[in-house]
Amino acid sequence: MEQKTKINAEDGKQELVITREFDLPLELLFKAYVEPGIVEQWMGTKVLKLESKKHGSYQFETVDEKGNVVFRANGVIHEFSPNQKITRTFEMENTPFGVQLELLEFEKLTDDTSKLNMHVVYESVALRDQVLQLPFAQGINWAHNRLQDIVSKLK
Amino acid sequence: MNLRRDVFQAIADPTRRAILLLVASQSMTAGAIASNFDTARPTVSKHLQILTECELLKQEQNGREIYYHINAKKMKEVADFIEPFRKMWEDRFDKLETIMKKYKSK
Repeated sequence: MEQKTKINAEDGKQELVITREFDLPLELLFKAYVEPGIVEQWMGTKVLKLESKKHGSYQFETVDEKGNVVFRANGVIHEFSPNQKITRTFEMENTPFGVQLELLEFEKLTDDTSKLNMHVVYESVALRDQVLQLPFAQGINWAHNRLQDIVSKLK
Repeated sequence: MNLRRDVFQAIADPTRRAILLLVASQSMTAGAIASNFDTARPTVSKHLQILTECELLKQEQNGREIYYHINAKKMKEVADFIEPFRKMWEDRFDKLETIMKKYKSK
């Protein structure tokens, strides 16, 4: 099966491009980036603030069951053109990954399908490569947590 | 190319990731690995077989016992690659699509 989400990350560059085609009308795809309640669902994080407008800003936060903040991110919106484009910054707080610039372009394909083009620019090649490897490291951590759950049940 | 995909299927499973983590600290027999999981022994054996076929684990005969140890070289190859990052976005976008399809039908 062909992969719906494609990543183009050329060696030695400080940017990457994520593309995805959706079985959704353009308006619904765009709405999924604007409505805080919807963003929360698919990003899997709490949305503390999301001002979808030029010069607006946003804040995401994820808290684990013990109340510890495990993820917090924020950014500002530079351009907001409904059903066309969002230009914003994104920064994960308390991490060494710096600020990234995100250019999101929304495109109508047919009445029922649409496409997202997400161009992300990092502060350096090294930082981009670190962010690329992050989910793998997290995957191992999640497995570790699961292991700890199993082990603590045995006691 | 096929082999490469298989490696990522191998690490996509949480139990197999837990096995890799376990074996990363020391070489272990199949029995010792299985004792760390609630899963039935044959299931763990199947996981070990997959991880060995993908060369993420190596077997080593020590007397009558077979020990499993991690193949660091192969692990690095996997870690360097962007598939987990792509998968993370794929999962998010799949979710987005599912949510908005329901939204549409409301």
